[in-house]
Amino acid sequence: MGDWKSEVKNIVYEGQIKVPYKWNVGETGSRFFIGLRDKQEIWGVQCPQCKKVYVPPLKTCGTCFVNTDQWVKVANTGTVESFTVVNYSHGMQPAKPPLVYGLIKLDGAGGSFVHLIGGIDPAKVAMGMKVKAVFADKREGTILDIKHFAPV
Amino acid sequence: MGKKVAIVGFGQTYQRSSRRDVNGVELINEAVTAALADADITIKDIDAVVIGNMDHFEGINYVDMWSVEGAGAVMKPIIKVTTGGTTGMTVAMSAYYHVASGMFDRVLAIGWEKNSESDTTGAIITAFHPVWERPNLGGAIAGLAVEASKYMDNYGVTERDGARVAVRERLHALNNPYAHLHQEWMKGMEVDKLVELLVTSEQNQMLAYPLRMSDMCPRTDGAAAVVFASEGVAEKTASKLAWVAATANRHDFVFLGDIDWDFNQTMGDAAKKVFAKAGIKDPLKEIDLCELYLPYSYGGLKWMENMGFCGPGEGPRLLWDKITDMDGELPVNPSGGVMSSNPIGATALLRVGEAAWQIMRKSGPRQVQKNVNYALATGFGGCSWADVMLLSSKKPA
Repeated sequence: MGDWKSEVKNIVYEGQIKVPYKWNVGETGSRFFIGLRDKQEIWGVQCPQCKKVYVPPLKTCGTCFVNTDQWVKVANTGTVESFTVVNYSHGMQPAKPPLVYGLIKLDGAGGSFVHLIGGIDPAKVAMGMKVKAVFADKREGTILDIKHFAPV
Repeated sequence: MGKKVAIVGFGQTYQRSSRRDVNGVELINEAVTAALADADITIKDIDAVVIGNMDHFEGINYVDMWSVEGAGAVMKPIIKVTTGGTTGMTVAMSAYYHVASGMFDRVLAIGWEKNSESDTTGAIITAFHPVWERPNLGGAIAGLAVEASKYMDNYGVTERDGARVAVRERLHALNNPYAHLHQEWMKGMEVDKLVELLVTSEQNQMLAYPLRMSDMCPRTDGAAAVVFASEGVAEKTASKLAWVAATANRHDFVFLGDIDWDFNQTMGDAAKKVFAKAGIKDPLKEIDLCELYLPYSYGGLKWMENMGFCGPGEGPRLLWDKITDMDGELPVNPSGGVMSSNPIGATALLRVGEAAWQIMRKSGPRQVQKNVNYALATGFGGCSWADVMLLSSKKPA
């Protein structure tokens, strides 16, 4: 009995969990998506205390812990604050590599927006570049209604 | 104020890419058995258990129930804690709180992961917001790459600086028999030569600029366990103790775009909090050793600055001046760190255990020469949250 381990070939049981979800976006987030979908507009909400404009919108400013109720339309244009060129692929990624993923500071927004950068050779993307939102032809009220940000 | 708390024992499995010879529960048991042996106690001496992992890596939600035999928690209080990358540290903090409350004398903290059992990137993505961030997420590595790019642009930091962090971690790992990555080929080679190889070799794939394969942590199967005990009990349990001087955790924003990409606010503030509590004014001089949760190389530069070990943009200087090497003024990650072993739910608890062992002088080949009075252990999660713990050789006042 002492040597039984040497005779064992380890078994691996393969499985998969596939669970559909229905995530509630809420009134605040829905209004943002409706703006993207129907008017190709980007809206943020402003905190009444610290005045930060949140894009995407947050119903509550965590810093001040008050509700944000003032809608502010921000520009479809912004500046590339940082970026990377992703060279590896994974099934969860929104596009085939090389894909450019970066921080875009929209004109009028308090924080940045993380999204894809496209319409340009990845090797030519630069810090501080001015970009503009390119909307998807078919818009369904999701964050991918913005296809990517392209150079102005 | 609560009771003073000390670490009296630490155990871990050998960290490996895949452990097909054991299931998760059996893996957990190896670490628990080692920690109990290290503290020279038995499971009967444990009053409560805190356990953690990241559910999606194994597809199991109730690890507190599911692991109960292996964890040694049958008919005992057991609580599961899951906070993503910080899980191992949150487990340690929770065990500390249990003991500090005065309600439990000895509490076992367990962190574990079997990353070989699923798709690590796919599972990590579940940490991001399903509506706002998952659909356009560049991948698990992309966010860190964006952070590194901005940091490099801000301070003129180069790929060589990042590679120098990777070289430090991998060279240190050669002294740690438990580490997952043992890059034996690096042994005896000049640091400059290794840095040069990492930034020029085509085999070292550029995953997402500026991050190459060598800049990233691996995915690991492994477990860790740490025993916390209260003052009065701790001194009778073990002759070598590592006291918890202070602990803190911080979260800031949910959306990646809202965080401050120039300054790791959560890590900086949590570190500042524990230093203030321990009366530490000059961290570089007063902290003797760090076991930091650095999932990627540039964290070893930027986050050092944000924690106050040096000024903005000075991270590379600390590194190239050998201050953070094994025999430097502030050794960082003598274990080889996260970039050498990353069983995610155990990763931050390994930082705590490794830091404690350095204070206890039980680290074997990876023991630093200098005396370790204060050791800092950190945990990092997802898009920038932090849990930190400061350990001390002396019972806190």
